[in-house]
Amino acid sequence: MKPTDITNPEYFHKVVDCQYACPAHTPVPEYIRQIAAGRYSDAYMINWESNVFPGVLGRTCDRPCEPACRRGRVEEQPVAICRLKRVAADYKDDVRTRMPKPAEANGRKIALVGAGPASLTVARDLAVLGYTCHVFDGQSKGGGFMRSQIPSFRLPETVLDEEIGYITDLGVVTHYDTWVDSMKGLLERDYDAVFVGSGAPRGRDLPGLPGRTEASDNIHIGIDWLASVAFEHTTEIGRRVLVLGGGNTAMDCCRTARRLGGDDVRVVVRSPRAEMKASPWEIEDAVAEDIPIYDNHVPKEFVVENGRLAGMLFEKVEAVYDEKGKRSLVPTGEDPVFFPCDDVLIAIGQHNAFPWIERDIGIEFDEWDMPVLSRKTFQSTNPKVFFGGDAAFGPENIITAVAHGHQAAVSIDLFLRGEDVERRPAPGFSLVSQKMGVHEWSYDSAVTIDARRVVPHADKDRALRDRKLEVELGFDPATAYEEAERCLNCDVQTVFTDKLCIECDACVDICPMDCINFIDNGDEPELRQKLRVPAHNQEQDLYVSGPLKTGRVMVKDEDVCLHCGLCAERCPTSAWDMQKFLYTVTKAGSVCAG
Amino acid sequence: MSYVRPSFRHPQLPANELGLTRRDYEGSLSTLCSGCGHDSISGAIIQACFELSIPPHKVAKLSGIGCSSKTPTYFLGKAHGFNSVHGRMPSVATGANLANRDLIYLGMSGDGDSASIGLGQFGHVVRRNLNMIYIVANNGCYGLTKGQDSATADVGSVSKAGKVNPFEPIDLCTLALHQGATFVARSFSGDKDQLVPLLKAAIAHKGFAFIDVISPCVTFNNTPQSTKGYEFVRDHIEATGKIDFVPMKSEITAKYEPDFTHEVTLHDGSVIHLYKGDKELDVLDRRSALTAIENHKEAGRFLTGLLYMEPENNDLHDTLGTTRKPLRDLNEAELCPNNHALQVINDSLR
Repeated sequence: MKPTDITNPEYFHKVVDCQYACPAHTPVPEYIRQIAAGRYSDAYMINWESNVFPGVLGRTCDRPCEPACRRGRVEEQPVAICRLKRVAADYKDDVRTRMPKPAEANGRKIALVGAGPASLTVARDLAVLGYTCHVFDGQSKGGGFMRSQIPSFRLPETVLDEEIGYITDLGVVTHYDTWVDSMKGLLERDYDAVFVGSGAPRGRDLPGLPGRTEASDNIHIGIDWLASVAFEHTTEIGRRVLVLGGGNTAMDCCRTARRLGGDDVRVVVRSPRAEMKASPWEIEDAVAEDIPIYDNHVPKEFVVENGRLAGMLFEKVEAVYDEKGKRSLVPTGEDPVFFPCDDVLIAIGQHNAFPWIERDIGIEFDEWDMPVLSRKTFQSTNPKVFFGGDAAFGPENIITAVAHGHQAAVSIDLFLRGEDVERRPAPGFSLVSQKMGVHEWSYDSAVTIDARRVVPHADKDRALRDRKLEVELGFDPATAYEEAERCLNCDVQTVFTDKLCIECDACVDICPMDCINFIDNGDEPELRQKLRVPAHNQEQDLYVSGPLKTGRVMVKDEDVCLHCGLCAERCPTSAWDMQKFLYTVTKAGSVCAG
Repeated sequence: MSYVRPSFRHPQLPANELGLTRRDYEGSLSTLCSGCGHDSISGAIIQACFELSIPPHKVAKLSGIGCSSKTPTYFLGKAHGFNSVHGRMPSVATGANLANRDLIYLGMSGDGDSASIGLGQFGHVVRRNLNMIYIVANNGCYGLTKGQDSATADVGSVSKAGKVNPFEPIDLCTLALHQGATFVARSFSGDKDQLVPLLKAAIAHKGFAFIDVISPCVTFNNTPQSTKGYEFVRDHIEATGKIDFVPMKSEITAKYEPDFTHEVTLHDGSVIHLYKGDKELDVLDRRSALTAIENHKEAGRFLTGLLYMEPENNDLHDTLGTTRKPLRDLNEAELCPNNHALQVINDSLR
């Protein structure tokens, strides 16, 4: 293999598993160290810079970082990254003085459709550069689906208001209660660019099912119903409630129904439980509130008695997989199952709808009626119009919307500066030695086996009586410190300088994970096989040095390296050094080098 | 400075016949200097014992004083150990071995411990052919007392202090050969590919097995002019041939390269294969070994690898006709024969 090019920031970026997995590439270990040091405000600002909504995400994020966490590969449970983020938000001081000031207007105006996470991210990134941002939303407050779909018992309104406030304080002009019904009309006004962050606002229905029309008074679309609850138009529901669907919206629906008077709430899913789309922790929380989940039940009919919904019939199925792993749900032939109920909430997915975008204004739509976009620039076929969040490629999550927002902001800035939007400024990175003395590192290098801490919950009876009472209480500072200490500091990289190596084997002998090898070079499959412990995890790279004095090369399997620094501590010539790698995603306002 | 090693282990760490992993053969975290050759020797011992599936509690580690003699703390943490007086490890090893011949005796010594203060003890343990593995971690200096030249420092070698050593070195391999050692080898701490099979062969060998391991002192004796620094050794090393150790238990399949020049069967049925061996050296001939060492020395080279072995020999127990049982297993009847037995002895002396 060729020597690894560590001057390419993508190499070490991939080693920081959590940051790499995060759509917004938040520097996770960097802020976790600040939390461990009790510097919550610093931790918060690192987050704010990168993901805009630390308090919201610390409660509601889909956590793509956690399955990626290295600790999950060497121990059972990953670091509770998401809940540590919340700690930063919960215990920070007043950070208003740290926030950027509104910049002097540069004379450019941007319209943003929808006040959800994608639009707000674009607004934040561009407002500080002097762009005047006008945000339009049909709801009476900002936040988009963060406000309308995430129930208060998971995300208190105060947290949302605070973090949206940091953005509107930058001089962003908000037009709430303003429904945009024509893109043409918007384009005819004096906006230099338009960003569409209008989400995926339409909940899927079951229009063809018998009884749907007759029982429509007691059948509700999940996301609309949640919005109605959030804005307090709906305050109660029947005693017996069926929730259809297995995603996070279904979980939010069933738990909300429990708080609005539903005491027999059941979730009914088509697929096997293991394939439910909801995050495992959301399912756990629902089950903990005495909500049973019936899987492999396909809705067959809304049963109407005396002109009123009486219950639902379901067909029992089982999942059968063909040789390609494609699933089909095959009826078991058993009698249909009847569940009596007073109300049904349909939470079986949502989709995009752009009835307000005229099709003759240069914005092309594809066969699925989605805008044709560049995945890199988020620019539509009308160069003035950009998309992001769920409106871009269909329903995802908050952190993905934020990531889209950042990239769209970069594009809009480039576009309005007259630059090529395809030519993106490179991400920033730094690599700095952490050596403090002969055997001292500036980070806490000791690694111990340590179980994940559990977040305490509010008393169930109280929580079920109060829709707004937050269920998760968050870590206290002492527990947060313990959990933060579980972080392996994957951003502190093992950097190897082949010219300094005397091949004494000290690093090989000391490495607790048998990652380091000095062997004859070969191609990658051969090297992977020849290591002290063969490197079977193909998703993790091999770090290969140039040829050493004996003709061999150093090969390190990045897979289970603990970043404990023992190799560097044991190295007599400092051929190994522990260097902190900080990767920063390109931000709007950056300029291409050269 | 880290004083504990994380207790994490690679999830796919291979296990040996006993179900133990290499990690089960480790000891405490070394406190030797970073990059010390001795730590590599510990690593090689760990590897050899792991590969041979030796139950750690069947090993007794014995040592004297010095950096080398600290190392038993850093391997086989679950084995027995005795850190004895400077240069007196052979006496303790002899006593322990005579009391219980069922253990594997692993003596860990250094050039100071064996070639200076312990030279007398060394000569005697060799000539008695005590069944043990005797390793000298040879760095040519007294690292524990700031790097003075030791008795194995070569003439002309310059340590960190900057003074040229004027004295003739003691070659412990030559000495061991002269004193009748039944297994003699030399190796280099930076060459585990050679050291591990040598250690395995030494463990399988019955009788006194001596391995002199050149082990650079990174702190005091790793200068470009030192003949025991990493660079000099790498540039001047020559091997008697590649060595393969085939344990008695493993089936001899065609996996091993067929073109070996020597095949030696050990007392326990294990086999050693030597490849591309030095044509002038016959590892079964003591005189040939001495000549080969001298020839290489004249040419300014280190000859490493297996130098000599005598698979069939009488160890100290055979010579003394001692009891097969460990002394602690002897019961009262065996320890105190009755009056009749005494009369028989007395009669035989009349």
